Amino acid sequence: MSMVKALVLTGYGLNCDHETAYALELSGAVAHRFHINSLIEGAVNLMDFQILVFGGGFSWGDDHGAGVIQAVRMKTNLGDKILEFIDAGNLVLGICNGFQTLVNLGLLPGFDHDYTKRSVALIFNDCGNFRDQWVTLKVVSTSPCIFTTGLDTLEFPVRHGEGKFYAKETAMRRLMDENQVVLQYAMPDGSPAGQKFPFNPNGSIQDIAGICDPSGRIFGLMPHPEAFNHWTNHPNWPRIKEKKKRLKDNTTPVITPGIQLFQNAVAFIRNK
Amino acid sequence: MPYRLEIALRPELFDAEGDGIRRKANNYFGIEIDRVRSIQVVTIDANLSKDQLKTIQTDIFTNPVTQFSSYDPLDIEFDWTIWVGFRPGVRDNPGSTAVEAVADILNIKFGSDKAIYTSKRYCLKGKGLSIENINTIAGELLANDIIQQWKIFPVHKWDPATGTGIILPKVILDHTPRVTSIPVPSDSYLQRISDDRGLALNPNDIPFIRSYFLDKTVQTARTSKGISDPTDIELEYISQARSDHCNHNTFRGLFRYRDLETGDTETVDNLFKTCIEVPTLTLQKKKSWVISVLWDNAGVGRFDNDHYYVITGETHNSPSNMEAYGGAITGIVGVYRDPLGTGKGAKLVMGGFGFCVGPRDYNGSLRPHLHPRRLLDGVIEGVRDGGNKSGIPTTFGQVLFHHGYLGKCLVFVTALGIMPAQVKGKPSEKKKTSPGDLVIMCGGRVGKDGIHGVTASSETFSEHTPAGHVQIGDPYTQKKMHDFLLDARDEGLVQFVTDNGGGGLSSSVGESARFSNGCEIQLEKVPLKYEGLDQWEIWVSESQERMTVAVKPEHLERFMALSKMHAVESTVIGKYTDSGKLHITYNDVTCAYIDMDLMTSGFPQWEFDAEWMPPERRGLFEPVLKVPDNYQALLLDMLSRPNICSKEWIIRQYDHEVQGTSVIKPMVGAERDVNSDAAVIRPVLDTRHGLAFAQALLPSYSGIDTYHMTGCTIDEAVRRLVAVGADFDQIGGVDNFCWPSIQFHPQNNPDGKLKAAKLVRSCRALRDICLAYEIPLLSGKDSMYVDGHLQGNYGETHKVSALETLQFSATSIVKDIERCITMDSKMADDLVYILGMTRNELGGSEYYEHFGYVGLNVPKVIPKTFVALYRALGHAIDKELVASAHGIYRGGMGIHLALVAMGGNLGMEIDLGVVPVEQIDRNDVVLFSESPGRFIVTIDPEKKEVFEKTFKGLDFACIGTVTQGNHFVIKGIDGQILVDVSVQDLKAFWKKPFGELI
Repeated sequence: MSMVKALVLTGYGLNCDHETAYALELSGAVAHRFHINSLIEGAVNLMDFQILVFGGGFSWGDDHGAGVIQAVRMKTNLGDKILEFIDAGNLVLGICNGFQTLVNLGLLPGFDHDYTKRSVALIFNDCGNFRDQWVTLKVVSTSPCIFTTGLDTLEFPVRHGEGKFYAKETAMRRLMDENQVVLQYAMPDGSPAGQKFPFNPNGSIQDIAGICDPSGRIFGLMPHPEAFNHWTNHPNWPRIKEKKKRLKDNTTPVITPGIQLFQNAVAFIRNK
Repeated sequence: MPYRLEIALRPELFDAEGDGIRRKANNYFGIEIDRVRSIQVVTIDANLSKDQLKTIQTDIFTNPVTQFSSYDPLDIEFDWTIWVGFRPGVRDNPGSTAVEAVADILNIKFGSDKAIYTSKRYCLKGKGLSIENINTIAGELLANDIIQQWKIFPVHKWDPATGTGIILPKVILDHTPRVTSIPVPSDSYLQRISDDRGLALNPNDIPFIRSYFLDKTVQTARTSKGISDPTDIELEYISQARSDHCNHNTFRGLFRYRDLETGDTETVDNLFKTCIEVPTLTLQKKKSWVISVLWDNAGVGRFDNDHYYVITGETHNSPSNMEAYGGAITGIVGVYRDPLGTGKGAKLVMGGFGFCVGPRDYNGSLRPHLHPRRLLDGVIEGVRDGGNKSGIPTTFGQVLFHHGYLGKCLVFVTALGIMPAQVKGKPSEKKKTSPGDLVIMCGGRVGKDGIHGVTASSETFSEHTPAGHVQIGDPYTQKKMHDFLLDARDEGLVQFVTDNGGGGLSSSVGESARFSNGCEIQLEKVPLKYEGLDQWEIWVSESQERMTVAVKPEHLERFMALSKMHAVESTVIGKYTDSGKLHITYNDVTCAYIDMDLMTSGFPQWEFDAEWMPPERRGLFEPVLKVPDNYQALLLDMLSRPNICSKEWIIRQYDHEVQGTSVIKPMVGAERDVNSDAAVIRPVLDTRHGLAFAQALLPSYSGIDTYHMTGCTIDEAVRRLVAVGADFDQIGGVDNFCWPSIQFHPQNNPDGKLKAAKLVRSCRALRDICLAYEIPLLSGKDSMYVDGHLQGNYGETHKVSALETLQFSATSIVKDIERCITMDSKMADDLVYILGMTRNELGGSEYYEHFGYVGLNVPKVIPKTFVALYRALGHAIDKELVASAHGIYRGGMGIHLALVAMGGNLGMEIDLGVVPVEQIDRNDVVLFSESPGRFIVTIDPEKKEVFEKTFKGLDFACIGTVTQGNHFVIKGIDGQILVDVSVQDLKAFWKKPFGELI
């Protein structure tokens, strides 16, 4: 089996790099955390990897719109290299601040394979504040997204102040028509959240929590799959465990849905 | 020439910030505004071409999907517009990141005379908005005059071409730095100098300081370096090192403690030594997991064979009281530097908070600088931005309202870190400086920030005077430094590291140089935010986000390369020596030359008179209160009390699961909305070990006896850990004392002797209970002057002292996270147990406070009995016999049974008649007594026999069952139904006070 190498960006206020790398390792990849500047200075070559993760955090303090300055720095210094990386059939994942960076870079939504144009945005939550809570997510089964293959309903935490997905009507229609919406906030029973707070925690249009590019290889989402790397990350795990105990079931889940999402990515590269 | 770019959301988009202001104006002041739109203003003080301006406008500052912008004022409709910007010298974090982004995209360098400033303009629409309304909104909602300036424009005075005008909050000091020599001809002269310069020298220290500088040997040595009289920088150094903040003179003081009832007098020499140091060192000998205590920035305990954890706690009260957001963010970001500066450096893994403020709905006649509601909003947001932007989960916290905190609020911040047990084969907890090591300052630059703390707040402002005394923490700069220093540590480049907090370089260099026994500092090398600082200001400035690091010369090149890669500024400012002298020069001229051992030699001890009068002799008594007959209404009203009710809105703003380590979250239960007893994380991702953390505050008992306040506070923190399944034998503690002034003064502090006695009693309990529970004190701090003088209705001022407050933080190891439990009831038909004895202990209780009483029967800890019970419960949890466990804390059994039911979203039937009690025949006492040492536990009925066997010989009873459905039913001692209410109603009342807040 060939080695799948993943690169998790660090530095400039990014902060989910350790657990993201850990989740990738659990999924069978060899994960490296590298500072953005080590890519820019050439000490690290992007083409040595197959999965690039823009992780969560507060790049440049999120001071001029979340992910904006990170996108500017990446585009100015590494724009062509990233396009080359995508052309080679590799995977790009943006989580939370990384998702915000991908939409500001234009890697998402990537209409007509133009990976430089900003046409959607993630703006301040309607509730007016940063919010940490777990959400239920429904996977749009028709989306080509590599990362969510075989997944249906997911639970992950959201932890953001600027996660309201917004696009103008035409862009919105294209996203829906071309199956680029991947994840939608849902009620605990899996039915659509229908903008209802706190199930849709930020007021996202069409309850959108994550989108992909037309190829399904570039994926951005606000919730944090890497924060569900162990079954005890789930907010109700002691309740679930106790229920199972009463049924004389002493097994514990080995693989969480968060890890499954990364495994899909690793499997895709491996089978490429 | 400067340019001003205005940016706003497109009109069709909802403006969440603007709408938040509209709602607050209505909720807080009853001012009706129809609509608020916010505009971001970026003012660029640099020469840029038209093309360059266009590039940064479109690529950085304007989102093409959601925003529009212009270098001319935006045409957004308003009746009033309010512009708010920082005062000169206030940390403008977005301004700094804008400079980074602009420099990067245009590939230019910003000289020191160029800058970008950010500010905001708000457009308010509303019929009948008066200038008074607008002043209120500007001054009490949008801006704090300590750090911000604002301008108000009514629509008819607005010039659409010039708008707000261009305002550059640039610091211009126009001052040539100089060192001043200060002769010390007499004690009274030095005292006057101390008063004039705000040195706050203790009068008892003055003769000693003079005798040092007048010593012949000292004078000869000084002459050889070209100085004679003490310099301002030297006196500032001594003042800082001798301050109560750095030296803990109060805790190291001599107390003459007199019991006025018995007439016995006792001299207590050094509370720190007798009540903290000796017990902790005694316990360290017994417990091999205690790795490093009492000398470093934080205490160190063993997490597992390969990792150590690090913990400390701080307060940031006075600055938060003046500027709540700035004070709190500086506090949390500051405490995060302590683990980073412990041993060779620890990675931050968890944070906690405690806020003590006046009543949120205070409407009395006293006028605190900030209304408690606004103050609370500010500290919540400060800890939010400081914690979230640092990427550190904030997992536990508490809020306490009491009018005593109107005088000064308390902001507690706690930090936990983790480090490998060894760095390059050497113990990570050890560090030292050696002669020849370089002194390196990393992180932010130095400005006038925080010089002399808040004493500068009375200075008058001019347009370009830096608002130096109040700081705004910068988590972004610090996060970069954090990542850099951990990389440097792992490469073995760090010999010594410590943070620059209180006292700045004076403290960090002064203390680190004690290891090598000397240093030479070239002060002109210290990078400054702006020119014109005097040498002494550079030396004592408390500019944040800086660490001092000792690096071997052969490692310098690699250290600096790594620093550059992480975009962190590092500067060599001198070297460590073994000369025995602190030697500071500025452009080769000596400005300080002081013996290293001065600060540890012969300064006189502070002295206090302490007089104790037992509570009954002070006129306290149990109230004459006949039993109530409407227990249901009583219980619901108790649940709605501000110090009991849900405060979910705060913890939801805090990222409490970043780093992917969360095991037990702050909110648990079926609907994830009831507070957990403690937080648990898995800081090393590939192990099943956990780190549990909890805190407690019970200042209400201080009104009766601080001995028992302290005992109960420690006991609560301990029970919180036990309840989630943490190991009772590996608990480490952190004590944070916040006390009103204890120095007696007949007019200014007439009850100073009682407050001093209360401190002695509190410390004795700390010693006694920690020894009994075997809790080493891994770290601790004290903040001694929590008093305020508030103006009343008639121009008079009132001294308002806070309750004597101890926040106790406790942490311990969880051997297997998969055996942790939570407090929520799990399954219908489970049995409900009470563990521990309920006594008639309503003194200082929430129940008495509900009726305005204090009472006398303060709750008391009985260590031996309690410890046996805690071990038994630990055993039961380890054997997986327990479905839920919850301590009984503030409010008593009634409140906490309700919380267990709310957590499970299941009914409960309880019989008070079988609760183990000592001499109680009243339902209200059983329900609301706050006796420590108790738990509520639910278990699978199948486990009944083996569970009960575990507790054989201890106080416990099965008092009811968890029921399907939603009825919460309590049967009284006489068999009568006292309460029959739905769990949803319980929740509704519990969430009522703050449920609307987000």
